[in-house]
Formats: sequence, structure tokens, C-alpha cells
Amino acid sequence: MKIDVQDLNAWFKDTHALRGVTLAVPQNTVLAIIGPSGCGKSTFVRCINRMHELVPGSRQTGRVLVDGHDLHGRSVDPVDLRRRVGMVFQRPNPFPTMSIAENVAAGLRLNGIPGDHDDLVEQSLRKAALWEEVKDRLHHGATSLSGGQQQRLCIARSLAIGPEVLLMDEPASALDPIATAKIEELIRELREQLTIVIVTHNMQQAARVSDATAFFYMGELVEHGPTEQIFTNPKESRT
Amino acid sequence: MKSLARRRAVNWLMTGLCGAGLVIALLPLLSVLWLVVSHGFRALDLDFFTALPSPVGETGGGVANAILGTGYIVAIACAIGVPLGVGAGVFLAEKGDGKVGEAIRFTAEVLSGVPSIVVGIVAYALVVIPMRRFSALAGGVALAVLMVPTLARSTEELVRLVPGSLREASLALGVPQWRTSLRVVLRTALGGITTAILLAVARAAGETAPLLFTSLNNQYWNFSPDQPTASLTVQIFNYAVSPYADWHDKAWGAALVLLLLVGALSLLARLLTRSRFGLSR
Repeated sequence: MKIDVQDLNAWFKDTHALRGVTLAVPQNTVLAIIGPSGCGKSTFVRCINRMHELVPGSRQTGRVLVDGHDLHGRSVDPVDLRRRVGMVFQRPNPFPTMSIAENVAAGLRLNGIPGDHDDLVEQSLRKAALWEEVKDRLHHGATSLSGGQQQRLCIARSLAIGPEVLLMDEPASALDPIATAKIEELIRELREQLTIVIVTHNMQQAARVSDATAFFYMGELVEHGPTEQIFTNPKESRT
Repeated sequence: MKSLARRRAVNWLMTGLCGAGLVIALLPLLSVLWLVVSHGFRALDLDFFTALPSPVGETGGGVANAILGTGYIVAIACAIGVPLGVGAGVFLAEKGDGKVGEAIRFTAEVLSGVPSIVVGIVAYALVVIPMRRFSALAGGVALAVLMVPTLARSTEELVRLVPGSLREASLALGVPQWRTSLRVVLRTALGGITTAILLAVARAAGETAPLLFTSLNNQYWNFSPDQPTASLTVQIFNYAVSPYADWHDKAWGAALVLLLLVGALSLLARLLTRSRFGLSR
């Protein structure tokens, strides 16, 4: 198992956002997380790269293991962890002060590895299916791109640091259908190299891209299984 | 219909009152400008910008050393005040939600309310007495103390405006917190911070009181930080209270030059702000 979550509870101050979630994600698969707003989907993925603990007043119990190592083990540095577990956010958030190429190389440059990293930029943009569209204007500002392109740029930026796991928090919710289709195609391609956890509001999207689906409701994991089974033959009436 | 006519009349009256208020508020500004320009323009010639002050009793000469001295003292003030002020502002915005942050914020507020002459006395006690002489450094320290609180507060405001999503993006790339603050958050806010620095510089350049007993004055060129240094504001003060007509003219001229310098800085700050907004989405 690439990711193994055991009895995870998470709180924001007094709000109990996740209640005893246990599930596992095998390597090179896509797990879709669905459920109504405020059911803890985002909190769940943010626990996997320890972004949750950055929110003031947050705390959590239970264990999250990546490759069998407890994320809260003493030897685990959250900064190092986030290089292995990348994240793409709901809204595209490229760095507005940087060019397209600089954005892709940001993970390296901000960590003090200087240079242009031209090869890495091209590779990452190709992986994110953006290269053909931006290769002639790599040094333009990143905010000159459309929303869908910006989101793929953010994916390229995450891929550039070579993560093993990619967390996607509703990556297509701010995008139009064509851009969404591109992102979905991308997810299917990226599965070859990565383990992906994607949060989505959109049931059809979950059905299209994922191998397994988890349904969250009120902070609880209601049902988890192969995507086909969840959609055609759910065991739980709430699903 | 009658009420409509009345409403129109009230509207006219109120617009008129607001306009009158505007004119009254602008009058002092315009009269100051007019006075300084009309008196100061006569004193301006090439010598005024290039020559040293003339000895007592002789006419002619200029305030070139004071123009340079003001630049010199303000540069020292920036070297000390900008890193402190901006650093404190970033700290307040990123980590200043606890008690420490509250204490710093309160201190900055109190400090910005301290009269500038008191700041001058403090710099006198802290720098001039141990060094046993008036110096550009002491003047720079006094002006830096004046710059820090305003810079810290405006930097805090500007850093807080940087969207949290950028901070998250950087952290999620495995960038440590301190690099995120420095290279993503500060860089994004840099345009606004530049403007804030220029405005602080413009204000510091116009201060007289903190310089009176820190950098004192100097009739000659000075380029070393441990010597008394001329500044435009102190020069204006000295010339204005002197009994010589020629020095009065020089004081007006120096006032005009100072006004132009400060005005140019403010204008530059505004232009930078505009181009920053032009760049954003």
C-alpha cells in the first residue's frame, strides 16, 4: 500500500472534521473522494501531506503511513514530506511574480537550487500536457494564461519536484468543461507514474478517472471500494 | 413637485458646501507652495546646486553640501531602518497573532507617536555622547527610528494582502516556511513595500528636529559617517533665523529644493503603485 490511513481524526478548534477514517491506496492507482461540501474531503487530503497542521487551532489523531512510514514519526520532516507528496489546489495559484518557466522550476529555485532547469521545465510541462501551448512564451507572466492552463501549470510545478503521490483538491472545480476534460485525461496518464488522490464534487468525474472511490459524509468514511461497485451497487443506503 | 424642487435646491447647496470645504482645505497648501516657489526661485542658480555655503558676510555660494548631506543621512537611515522595519512587518504579518505580535504592534504604535525631537534626544544620548561628536551616523539613526514603526505597519498590511493560496502553493512544494516568507510572500508584496519605503524616505528627508543635535551642520563637504554633516532642513533653519537677507533667500531656495525632492519621491511612489496595479490581473 502506498498510502495507509488508520483511524484518522482531525479537528479545527472545536469542529470534529474527520471521524475515524481508515482506508488505503495502492501504488499507481487513483482514489477519488466524493461527498457533500464540508464533509472533510479537503481536510483528509491535507492530512496526507501535513498541510492540515498549518491551520491555527488544528489537531489530529490516528496514523497516516506513506510507504509504511508514519508521517508523524520523529524522523519525518514535513518539508521533506511535501516534496514527496505534491498537492494541487482548488483554484489555480501560480506565483504572479514569476514567468511560466520560473513557476515550473519554483520548487527547485525556492529551495535554493539555482539555474534555469530548462530540461526539467520542458519535461514537466510535457507531462502536464501544456508544453505545446506555452513553449513559445515560457518567459511571459504566468497570470497571462487562461484558468485551465494555469491549473495545468500548477500540476507541472508539482510534478517538477518529482513527487510519488499527487493530492488534488477539486482541481477542476474552477474550470470550464474543455479544460476539465484535459485535466481528467492528464490524471489517467499520470497514474502510470504516480499515486493520485483526487477530491471532487463531481460524481461523473470520479467515475471517469478513478480506480477506487471513497464516499465521505459528515466527516465519516461511509463507503470505500472499487469505483464501479460504488456507483452501480453501493452497499450503504446513504451512498 | 414642490418636494422635487426642494430636493434639487438641497442637492445644490450641499454640493456647494463640499466644494467650498475643498477650496478652504486646499488654500493653505496652495499658499505654502506659492510662497516657497515665489521666494525660492530667485535664489536658484548654478552656484546654489554646486557651491559650498559662503562665509558670513559674503553673498553668493550655495547649499550643495546640504543637498548631498541630506541624501547621505537618509541613505544611512534607510540602511538601518528599512531592514528593521520591513523585517518587523513580515514577522507581524506571518507570526504576529500571539502576545509577542500584539506587544510589537503596540510598541510600534507608541513609537510612531513619539515627537521627532524626542527621537533626536534619544539618538543624541545613544550615539552622539558615546562617540563624543555630532555625526551623520547619529542623524541616520534618529531618522531610522522614525521610519521603522510606519514601515513595519505598512509592510504588515501589504504582506497580509498576499493571498494565502500562494503561501500554501509554496509550502506544498516542500519549501520551508522562512523561504516561503522571504521569496514568495515578500516578493509578491515588493511593489507596495517599495512605495512604502519611498514615502517613509520622503517624510524622513523633511525632518529637522531629530537632526539638530545629531548630525548638527557643516559648512564643508563631508563624506565620513562620523563627522557632522549638513542637511537641507537644518540649513534652512539656520539660514532662516540668521540676520542676513542673502541667507534668507538661500533658506527659501533650500526650502524649494527640499519640496521638489520630497514631491518627486512621492510622485515616484505613486507611479510605482500604478504600474504594480497595471501588472496584476
